[in-house]
Amino acid sequence: MKFIVLMKQVANKDAVLRIRGDEKWIDESDISMQTNESDGYALEEALRMKEAVGDAEVVVCTLGKASAKTVIKDALARGADRAIHIVVEDDSELSPFQIASAIADSVREENADLIFAGLQSDDSSFGQTGVVLAELMAIPHATIVIEIDRESAGDTLRVKRELESGWYQWFEYDLPALLTIQSGISQIRYASLKGIMAAKKKEIREVAPSISDFAGAQKVRKVYLPLKTKQTQMLGNGDAKAGAAELVEKLKDEVRIL
Amino acid sequence: MILVFIEHKDCVLNKTSLEAVAAAQSMGRDLGMEVAAVIPCAVDCALAQEIAAYDVSKVIVAKNAKLSTYTPDGYTDAFEQVIKATNANWVVMAHTYQVRDFCPRVATRFGSEMVGDCIRYKNEGGQLVFTRRIFLGKLDADVTVGGEGPHFVTFQSGAFRGDDAAAGTASVESMDIEVGDIRMRPEEPFQESKAAVDLTKSEIIVAIGRGIKSEENIKVAEELAEVLGADIAASRPICDADWLPIDRQIGSSGQTVAPKVYFALGISGAIQHIVGMKNSGAIVAINKDAEAPIFDIADYGIVGDLFEAVPVLIEEIKKAKG
Repeated sequence: MKFIVLMKQVANKDAVLRIRGDEKWIDESDISMQTNESDGYALEEALRMKEAVGDAEVVVCTLGKASAKTVIKDALARGADRAIHIVVEDDSELSPFQIASAIADSVREENADLIFAGLQSDDSSFGQTGVVLAELMAIPHATIVIEIDRESAGDTLRVKRELESGWYQWFEYDLPALLTIQSGISQIRYASLKGIMAAKKKEIREVAPSISDFAGAQKVRKVYLPLKTKQTQMLGNGDAKAGAAELVEKLKDEVRIL
Repeated sequence: MILVFIEHKDCVLNKTSLEAVAAAQSMGRDLGMEVAAVIPCAVDCALAQEIAAYDVSKVIVAKNAKLSTYTPDGYTDAFEQVIKATNANWVVMAHTYQVRDFCPRVATRFGSEMVGDCIRYKNEGGQLVFTRRIFLGKLDADVTVGGEGPHFVTFQSGAFRGDDAAAGTASVESMDIEVGDIRMRPEEPFQESKAAVDLTKSEIIVAIGRGIKSEENIKVAEELAEVLGADIAASRPICDADWLPIDRQIGSSGQTVAPKVYFALGISGAIQHIVGMKNSGAIVAINKDAEAPIFDIADYGIVGDLFEAVPVLIEEIKKAKG
């Protein structure tokens, strides 16, 4: 079988974000980047599927700038077999349809049995690139997958989807299919030293996409710090202990629970 | 025309759809457009009359035996046909897990995209500008739609109030729908573990997040909960790690609560968590990251190490309580 995993490089969770001069995105020139969280879980599911079915290949596909190679190399070190890097120097103004189209063009001929993606990206949070890709490739999709019945893999596959408020549901899918994976559903493996060494010999195929204008694209007009909906009283002025003491006064006098 | 999606399971309404009705009505006023509600169903849906009591021009029951239960293929086909039949300009939905599953697929069929999880919109002389949270809640983005439409927009839970959906009388129209091959076969939905703990009744909640760092450290929060007479709760990563059971989870995949006081200890405030607790009476946030989005919705904030703050808090509360 063949599995494709879509992985994106995003700003580090703890990075201090600065808004770019044109106010349409953040300034990514000088911040630390990381693999999008749910994409790491998507890779883990693909690797576990490979181990379960034996004869399988895991291909990582990343759209992004040159620095996104670190995401790819890390995935190869953890066990992916090869990678496709769709090189786009600035993806900040690409819409989900444009991204999905570029990916579709680059992976269609792979004829994969399964495409794994993260649930959503932690930067633009479109939450639809995977679903749009499935439609463009005319294959079924499942979102918010939290478990895969690997034993069931064949012409079909059983997957467990998370619904809301603690409800779940199993579906049997015809293959090929695209799955978007929820974060936190497994323990992600680390790259071993052997894996890191082996990764150096693995193929990274670079693709220069042709991305055309898309009339239906959503356009960011302005990015800004969220407007405060509440007046927050900040206590302690950076001193946690003093803040705690002040808070008790507030709980007594204003919230009145003491 | 604006179509608004009514989500249901076995003809029982998902109440967040009323928030979508309120949003669609508001957009209808701004754009001078009629609003029609769409209910995909296998039968003449019992829910139709309930929705007909809202101020919409009509309720369309999109009918096919294959729509007895939700599948992305079935719902995508159904919506494609209703949009074509009505020449809809806009499609409005609540940003539920079901909607995020099928809405982008419908949009793609019309050369459009979903403007997803919006928290509000404004009308600038007939052009609607939508606001989305990005970067895990650290930034907002104002977004406009492109192309001829139909345009697809989904609103985050709480962006509109279901109570604000205006009442009226509407006709109910049944529309027979062609549905193609369904490439997935759903089993019965189920609850993993019965929610043993009902946090929706809690007066005070002490919730912990990633900032608690280790399972052993939970006892600090438990001690605070004890002196306050509070229930303990958590954000998703804590339950994913099995440090607390899933029935303690607050947020879109857990419980939605509105206690008198909510203590968020080491919780950054990702959207998925905030939707589950933002209506709390007073929100206290303790976090070492001054930029954490939780501070945007907190009434009281302490920037600092929770392991310094909480023991002092416990001692002072004990003193205050005598």
